[in-house]
Amino acid sequence: MSKFAKKKDGELPAVSTASLPDIVFMLLFFFMTVTVMKDSSLKVRNTLPVASEIKKLEKKDRVITIYVGAPDAQYEKMFGTEPKIQLNDKFSSPTDVGDYILMERAKKSQELQNVLTTSLKVDKDANMGIISDIKLELRKVNALKVNYTTGSGDAFNNLK
Amino acid sequence: MARRGGAPEVSAGSMADIAFLLLIFFLVTTTIETDAGLDRMLPPIEPPDTDVVIKEKNIFQVNINKSGQLLADDNLIDLKDLRAKAMDFLDNNGDKSCAYCKGKSNPDSSDNPDKAIISLKNDRETKYSTYITVQNELVGAYNDLRNRESMRLFKRPFVQLEADYLNPETDSDVKDELKEKVQRIQKLFPQKLSEAETSSSN
Repeated sequence: MSKFAKKKDGELPAVSTASLPDIVFMLLFFFMTVTVMKDSSLKVRNTLPVASEIKKLEKKDRVITIYVGAPDAQYEKMFGTEPKIQLNDKFSSPTDVGDYILMERAKKSQELQNVLTTSLKVDKDANMGIISDIKLELRKVNALKVNYTTGSGDAFNNLK
Repeated sequence: MARRGGAPEVSAGSMADIAFLLLIFFLVTTTIETDAGLDRMLPPIEPPDTDVVIKEKNIFQVNINKSGQLLADDNLIDLKDLRAKAMDFLDNNGDKSCAYCKGKSNPDSSDNPDKAIISLKNDRETKYSTYITVQNELVGAYNDLRNRESMRLFKRPFVQLEADYLNPETDSDVKDELKEKVQRIQKLFPQKLSEAETSSSN
């Protein structure tokens, strides 16, 4: 009986923190699996429009991304306020798009080169002129599969 | 008391700190990607070898002007009506060769879904958001019709079938079965959405 009586010394036992590392590791692994590394920093404003009939872009290694939008406030002095194309980390003109696609395509492995998708991340305030130029360049280098990347939502919200 | 064998235990107290450090590093350097969008195929740049003659009634012309107004088959329409108009056109069944169509068989509209072509034209100054909304509605019209047929044949909406088919986690034997179904539905309502060259406004 004395075995049980001994434990009662009146003080609250401290909460064990031994499982804290396990919890944090769990969080860590969660974030490691669901996120991807940032590959380039955005230099353009990029508020994507929304659409409802969207398809998910699977496999990240088969996607080449082109950003279009008005330059950020810090670049406005140099590049103006008209929408620009961003390839990798620099502003480019539509004529560079073809070379960029060919270069990116050459980086991929042989079996992926024919199944690449070009993801167009275009700011919703851009106009279609620049998109048409990009589309023409894409057709010249035979990169015909495009994905107009959008958020999901009711497409009529775009018009407001 | 005799000393137990082995080295003294390493303190694991700082493990949590190390793990937090790693966690914060990953939080800062990574982003959660939400990549989804409207898939489209661009036409090849070389013109086709043979000239195809398409009847006027088989083309549904959609024109967007620079202020975002919509001209569908020469009528000014509201964007909200576009989906229904496009569906009427695709589903029309003018020559009565399409057994699954439920259209009105208007002789002045498309012959059958296989021949029906939607042509989208836009101005250089059209806003991208308007363009995406129009694209969304046109793809939506196809999807709605395909869903209808898919529900009738397989009791599941087409978009679900297709999503499962494209999902890399689906088993390969299930995938083969889905592929057949997806292709069958796609054949019923082939997506013929042509994008003409952009016109420039003066």
